[in-house]
Amino acid sequence: MSISRRKFLGWLGAAGMGTAMGSSADAASNKHFTGYPGSMGVLHDINRCVGCRSCEAACNKVNELQSPDQVFTDLSVLDKKRRTTSDAYTVVNRYDPATGTGREKEEPVFRKIQCNHCLEPACASACFVRAFTKTKEGAVTYDASVCVGCRYCMIACPFNIPAYEYDEAFTPRVMKCTMCHPRIMKGQIPGCVESCPKEALTFGKRDDLIKIANERIQKYPDSYVDHIYGEHEMGGTNWLYISDVPFERAGMREDLGITPAPQLTSGALAGVPIVVGLWPVLLTGIYAMSKRKEKIAQEEEAQAVAQAVAGTEAEAEKKLSAALAKAAKDKETVVKKEVKKALEEAAKAKEES
Amino acid sequence: MSQEAAVAGKAPFTPDRSLFTRFNVIAGIIVIIGLVITILRFSGGLATVTNLDDNYPWGIWIGFDLMAGVALAAGGFVTSAAVYVFGMKRYHSAVRPAILTGFLGYALVVVALHYDVGRPWRLPYPFIMQQGTTSLLFEVAACVALYLTVLFVEFSSAPLEWLGLKKARNIVVRLTILLTIFGVVLSTLHQSSLGALFLIAPSKLHPLWYSGYLPVFFFISSIIAGLSMVIFESTLSHRYFAHKMDETHLREKEGVALGFGKAASLVLAGYFAIKVIGISVDNNWHLLGTCYGAWFLVELLGFVALPCFLYAVGVRDKNLTLIKWTSGLTVFGVALNRLNVCLIAFNWHLPSDEKYFPHWMEIGISVFVVTLGIIVFRFIVTRMPILYEHPDYKDGH
Repeated sequence: MSISRRKFLGWLGAAGMGTAMGSSADAASNKHFTGYPGSMGVLHDINRCVGCRSCEAACNKVNELQSPDQVFTDLSVLDKKRRTTSDAYTVVNRYDPATGTGREKEEPVFRKIQCNHCLEPACASACFVRAFTKTKEGAVTYDASVCVGCRYCMIACPFNIPAYEYDEAFTPRVMKCTMCHPRIMKGQIPGCVESCPKEALTFGKRDDLIKIANERIQKYPDSYVDHIYGEHEMGGTNWLYISDVPFERAGMREDLGITPAPQLTSGALAGVPIVVGLWPVLLTGIYAMSKRKEKIAQEEEAQAVAQAVAGTEAEAEKKLSAALAKAAKDKETVVKKEVKKALEEAAKAKEES
Repeated sequence: MSQEAAVAGKAPFTPDRSLFTRFNVIAGIIVIIGLVITILRFSGGLATVTNLDDNYPWGIWIGFDLMAGVALAAGGFVTSAAVYVFGMKRYHSAVRPAILTGFLGYALVVVALHYDVGRPWRLPYPFIMQQGTTSLLFEVAACVALYLTVLFVEFSSAPLEWLGLKKARNIVVRLTILLTIFGVVLSTLHQSSLGALFLIAPSKLHPLWYSGYLPVFFFISSIIAGLSMVIFESTLSHRYFAHKMDETHLREKEGVALGFGKAASLVLAGYFAIKVIGISVDNNWHLLGTCYGAWFLVELLGFVALPCFLYAVGVRDKNLTLIKWTSGLTVFGVALNRLNVCLIAFNWHLPSDEKYFPHWMEIGISVFVVTLGIIVFRFIVTRMPILYEHPDYKDGH
């Protein structure tokens, strides 16, 4: 392998930058995290799903949720696009992939919606009481005993999954799929996976599921889009999807990007120590400066006043002395005049007598 | 009630004035309606009185009461920083009313929050149970809690003078500069963090409003809101409480409007520039041609560029009427920005029939909370040395 000089210098530079910036970059953004090793997940093969709603029924049962008005065998609910609610941790929607494309595939596709159990969950990052936990088994679980009910998790979730018990007056909870974490801990598999009659859902280790998904894509390249949804979306999720129609046509957002949610806010959080460190010093400095300016202004003012007073006083004195001198002179003149007059009068009187 | 209390209560009014003034009747009706909705909210849950749903977990109690409320209460830190840190003593008479407005603003934000969160009695949980320090909301909560305390201490000099507690009052006054700097730090943090709350949802907030600069936008616009609120509040106070203002206040009032108007015009110009930079950085120019783009332009041109221009003209011509009206326009503009980010441009992907519109009872609570603020403001201003200096402490600063 030959290394050009340019390339070598480039590497050197990159290494230097890495050493210089590595630790601080880690501090600002959480470390690169690819999921707990051996964590479990579910692969949803959209091709196999027939929209029978068995998973919805099973989910409702194992989680002891409120039973809905319409029975689960009633498929007319598929006419509407639904989302997860506080009574339904999972829903299946029907999508018509031909809509707007005027292209092949006439039959509808069905997709199951539930919590995707992100590797780095937005809800957990957003929660200010840490009510959400990313378990090492893969599930994202919720602890109602500390939840304040601010609902920031619902704002944060890119998949619109958490729902809230708005009609509960005293103990409202955030409700969402737990990947049947309690069942997993007992060695069972999630309710929905167990109930699926078409094996559209596969439960297993996330790493294995990615392998299985890739195998299926390779084996039937005509039947699958070459992409595993959830492998990288939002930093990766424990729930994965493969499909023969573009995921967007199955109602899934393809514009989410691969940045894990915590990284989106790490920059803003990194600003906190800067503000806390910088502002007090800067403001105290400005305060000192304005105080000093004020003091100097005051001193200058006092000086100017003193000067002015002294000037006025001197002038007044001058004026006074001038006036006095004038008065003295006047007096002298008057006296002289009077003396002269008196002398003249005396002389006159002498002459007359 | 003893006769003495009755006399004391009536003192500020002319003797023949009855209790049923226009203000009292309207405020009374709003308060009664508010109390009824309060009972409904806490006995039946959020669904009874709100239109909130799973896609719109935050409605106007967050979008208006919290987001706009906190921004409009920024006058406290802006004014006290100008006077105490930057030494602009000629605005001194504006500090107390601004601190009072800020304190009441934050107090009411916390009141409104009790309606919005599911289990309000758990509001201290983030501090006493588990600290979710990765959350921007934790930062907001911590800063708002601390800043409310700071504002309370800053404000307390007025009631202490009123009650004649000289010693305590002097201690508080000696803390002024410390509290002011602390207030600026906390305000910088939480005003910006309110914007940063939405950084986690790039897929939900319309790209014209979503930007890496959101925290900067929120902080800068809070300064604009603070400056404008001081002018706006001073206009209203002069109209209703002119008899409470002392000579200094009346003399400095015009200078405050001109100075703050000029500052607001400059900051608005800067805000306009960084908003444009925000569009450029993400290269979102093409989106200006869409419906949301038109609405964005209404906000940017009508409520940022226009008030910037009007303030400048008002200051140049010393046209106080124009400055006062512009302050109203600006305050409305900042509130609109918060509603846009929090509600209108949020979930922009949703079809219009799934979008949120507040229930009348949500608006009722918002009006109730604002009315409470006005009642308390009136109570304090007519009794405590806010718009005038207490004769015993004339040379206290």
